Amino acid sequence: MIFAALRVLGLLAAAPLVGGVVTRVKSRLAGRTGPPLLQPYLDLRRLLSKGAVLGHPTTWVFRAGPIVSLAAAAAATLLVPLGGGPALVAFPGDFLLLAGLLGLGRFATALAALDTGSSFEGMGAAREIAFGAFAEPALLLGLVVLARAAGSASLSGVLGPGLAASWPIAGPALLLATLALFAVALAEGSRLPVDDPETHLELTMIHEVMVLDHSGPDLAFVGAAAHLRLAILGALVSRLALGAAPPGLLPSPVALGAGLLAFAVAVGVVESTTARLRLTRVPQFLVAASVLSVLALVLLLR
Amino acid sequence: MTSAIDLVLVLVVVLDLVVLASSRLRGAIRTVALQGALLSLLPVLLATGGQAPLHVLLLALGALVVKGVAIPGLMLWAMREAAIRREAEPIVGFVPSLLLGAAGTVVAFSLSGALVLPAPGRQALLVPAALVTAWAGLLLVMTRRKAVAQVLGFLVLENGIFVFGLLIADVMPVMVEAGVLLDLFAAVFVMGIVMFHINREFSSLDTGRLTHLQD
Repeated sequence: MIFAALRVLGLLAAAPLVGGVVTRVKSRLAGRTGPPLLQPYLDLRRLLSKGAVLGHPTTWVFRAGPIVSLAAAAAATLLVPLGGGPALVAFPGDFLLLAGLLGLGRFATALAALDTGSSFEGMGAAREIAFGAFAEPALLLGLVVLARAAGSASLSGVLGPGLAASWPIAGPALLLATLALFAVALAEGSRLPVDDPETHLELTMIHEVMVLDHSGPDLAFVGAAAHLRLAILGALVSRLALGAAPPGLLPSPVALGAGLLAFAVAVGVVESTTARLRLTRVPQFLVAASVLSVLALVLLLR
Repeated sequence: MTSAIDLVLVLVVVLDLVVLASSRLRGAIRTVALQGALLSLLPVLLATGGQAPLHVLLLALGALVVKGVAIPGLMLWAMREAAIRREAEPIVGFVPSLLLGAAGTVVAFSLSGALVLPAPGRQALLVPAALVTAWAGLLLVMTRRKAVAQVLGFLVLENGIFVFGLLIADVMPVMVEAGVLLDLFAAVFVMGIVMFHINREFSSLDTGRLTHLQD
């Protein structure tokens, strides 16, 4: 219990570092030095020390958006078994709650964007919800595949010590599910083939355009929630990918750290080597991820 | 060994879906070449020791050379000659054809248990993978407009038949297999000539233009 709580605190603390590592990998591959690894922490501290500016047409929905999305992401960390150990909260069917909390965070951000009445932010919210609708089947089907492979309806049972035993039996299905969940992580984390975290052209932005009106602590909350979502899915995907190793090979904090590092490097490499998809091609990318999950499920149900 | 075969067959099915979803013809040709190279591994992996090793090696090498190198090379050459880059607008879009492919996968896996086979229970994944690959090939032949993509569909269809043929590789003489590979090579060669003529006549490879009669 204590260790599970410590791991959750570790993930909460390390989440911005994942983004920092991704940026560093991208910079290095592009031949630049890049910002310091701890830059996301400095950004969050700078934003937290500022005051927030609220637009005239905004209501409480606008102020609640960042808080709800950060709270949902923080609650989701409690459900994910980190580094192979059990999660802090586990019950049968908790993977549905995980998908629901990720969806709630997206919903709150989109609602806050719509509340500003800005046409650009409405466009961003429409895109985020549309792509979210394509990403969710892939996420849910991927999690169902994992549950089916492990014969357990709880994430702690799925990604716990039993994972090493299900890899030799259901290897191809788990591999496909890993790929599908990695694609979902790229979409949920607003990463490159789906969304460019660095663009500042309103016509092409998705996540960033929704938070144009947020400032100060609100923007810090939105940023922290985005870091946390990427870290949660990173912990999930990396645990799944590294689960083939025999249990007890690495103590769980080391496994969690190594997994997150490998995930961040993988995201950085993907971001450096792919171009952003045209907006009309993004649903195709996410449908392909869903199809991979369906294929994995078919392999298991055979 | 079984897990390696399973992995190869799953990759073959994934590559089917990749070909269905890709709009760039050059990438699609490379994907089909990769699929052919993967398929050439299968005779070696499936060998039970009952057959002559020379037979297995010849089959694998023949598949690798014809499916993985020669035909894709010919098609890339034809694309360079015809100067076309991508499938403009297929009759069925890329996302619907991907979904159709996924539906075909589900049907193939659920139906394959009902088939009566000469060598039952040898490889559970072999039959569904063959059915999915043949279905993907048929979809490509039916729904794409460009002649290059249709030839690709024919290749994928033949890959499916090749997987199915591996079920009875024990009893199939090597000459029959060599004949199939040679037929395929000849068919692609003829299609290359047809493509060349379509391209010279209409300065495009859109087969839709063939439906209109002209003097």
